[in-house]
Amino acid sequence: MTLNTQPNLRDPDDFYDELLAAHHGLSKDQSDALNARLILVLANHIGDREVLRAALKAAAG
Amino acid sequence: MVGATYALAHELYPYDPATARAGHHPVIIIGGGPVGVATGLDLAQKGTPALMLDDHEGVGQGSRAICFAKRTLEIADRLGAGADMVKKGIVWNVGRVFHGDGEVFNFNLLPEGGHKNPAFINLQQPYFEKFLIDALRRAEAGGKPIEIRGRNVVTGLTQDADKVTLDIDTPDGPYQLTADYVIACDGARSPTREMMGLSFDGRVFEDNFLIADVRMTADFPTERWFWFEPPLAEAPQSALLHKQPDDVWRIDFQLGWDIDRKAELEEGRIRQRIDEFLPAGTEYELVWTSIYTFQCRRMERFRHGRVLFAGDSAHQVSPFGARGANSGMQDADNLAWKLDLVLKGLAPDALLETYHEERAYGADENILNSTRATDFLTPKSEMSKIFRNAVLTLAKEHAFARPLVNSGRLSVPCSYDGLPLNGPDALDGPARTRPGSPCPDAPLAEGFLLDRLPGRFTLLTLGLQPPELLTDVPIGTLTLAGDDLTDELRARYLGDAEHALYLIRPDQHVAARWAEVNEAEIQAALKTAIGLT
Repeated sequence: MTLNTQPNLRDPDDFYDELLAAHHGLSKDQSDALNARLILVLANHIGDREVLRAALKAAAG
Repeated sequence: MVGATYALAHELYPYDPATARAGHHPVIIIGGGPVGVATGLDLAQKGTPALMLDDHEGVGQGSRAICFAKRTLEIADRLGAGADMVKKGIVWNVGRVFHGDGEVFNFNLLPEGGHKNPAFINLQQPYFEKFLIDALRRAEAGGKPIEIRGRNVVTGLTQDADKVTLDIDTPDGPYQLTADYVIACDGARSPTREMMGLSFDGRVFEDNFLIADVRMTADFPTERWFWFEPPLAEAPQSALLHKQPDDVWRIDFQLGWDIDRKAELEEGRIRQRIDEFLPAGTEYELVWTSIYTFQCRRMERFRHGRVLFAGDSAHQVSPFGARGANSGMQDADNLAWKLDLVLKGLAPDALLETYHEERAYGADENILNSTRATDFLTPKSEMSKIFRNAVLTLAKEHAFARPLVNSGRLSVPCSYDGLPLNGPDALDGPARTRPGSPCPDAPLAEGFLLDRLPGRFTLLTLGLQPPELLTDVPIGTLTLAGDDLTDELRARYLGDAEHALYLIRPDQHVAARWAEVNEAEIQAALKTAIGLT
């Protein structure tokens, strides 16, 4: 499997809204913790180490 | 005369002026700790004389290394000390991980069945050392060429092409010894390494750990309890509670870097911490306390001419995962048979180079594992702490996060993958018994496999007749068929194959394996395994 960097989200504006809503009302520390948990949950779901490595690279820019 | 630097738990080899005689020895081992004695015993069992020198007269106090892994017990078994250790030791399987005031999850090591020895025992290091010395005394009484001299301090070392010369100091003054080979098993602060001006580089971890061994008859189960950020007033970053024999419990507090060491070691202060940690009103006696820091480092080379380094003198790891004493025992296991064959003229000097190659490979694996555990326990940046706590939070609800929790990966011996002594893997067999791997134990019709692999090369056949081999190197055969081919033995050594032939090294690592008997190939693999190619 390769990392999909093409548009893949249905209703991107909706998703973006949900992402921000999850952080609504949180302190910086709480938001950082949420982000970390989210990354771990998603990484486990993806599972494929090649894809994760490509994602780390893509995110690092 | 160099004075004693620590108090003894057991006096085991008092200074004897009659033995402090100059002379030449095939092997001199500096240090009468677990690694030195194990190496000496292994050599003597094979008929190669071993002289051990120790700067004290017995075993130092303090529980120190308390977790001994199955591979260590298997090696000790071969040396005649394993049964005493297992009998005295505490077997545990359940671990609990806490974060703050709640339990995150618990686990059962669920050790695989069909092994003679348990996955782990907890045992105070003085007992471990004493049982090895007991085995040494039995070997000595049985006429094996082994000797240990207490209060014999090595103060100088020089080597030339033929020998090593040691200056020894004793309460009666100095004398000299020479040896074909010297093994330095003199610990993390190895005076031998210092005398030779060799470096010992690695990573320093800026943290202090307080150990408090307490004796109490409290009703805790025999489990390993580990707290991240325990809910205590002056919270240590982590805490560990682990049972030892004699109603003694190891309590470890991770105190951080900037501490007043002297103040933290005062009994009142330690009791204050323990009182808060244990259930209110628990009665206990303080047995031993210590503060330690640690580093992860190794020597660049474990062999310098005729001087070889084994155990903590060669490599040092963090204590998480029990990879210190356990890896030192694997050094002993690896070195003794090689040195024995070289001294008997049956193997080339090049075989000793593979001691460095194989055990440096093992040390790197141990350092990697214990460094990762340390990074999880003591996050080095704000973000690494955020991730660490995210893992702990998720682990409470979600199984996926539990394998990420790292409070020490328990010590397992490494497989010498891709290293020069390995021969062919001509069997479509299980991965765990590929060449380079330590032989997993398995039950036979009666007894266990590893008890039948006694410290020399062995041709192990499963459902095949072994060939009659003419070899210079001593080699035994173990022919298993019928009821001996238990389900566990088949699963570990045959897999889907119907029969197999294994060439097994004296340290119970697989050298090569085949589906069929081919004498020429076995002879070639044996040569490879003793460094002749």
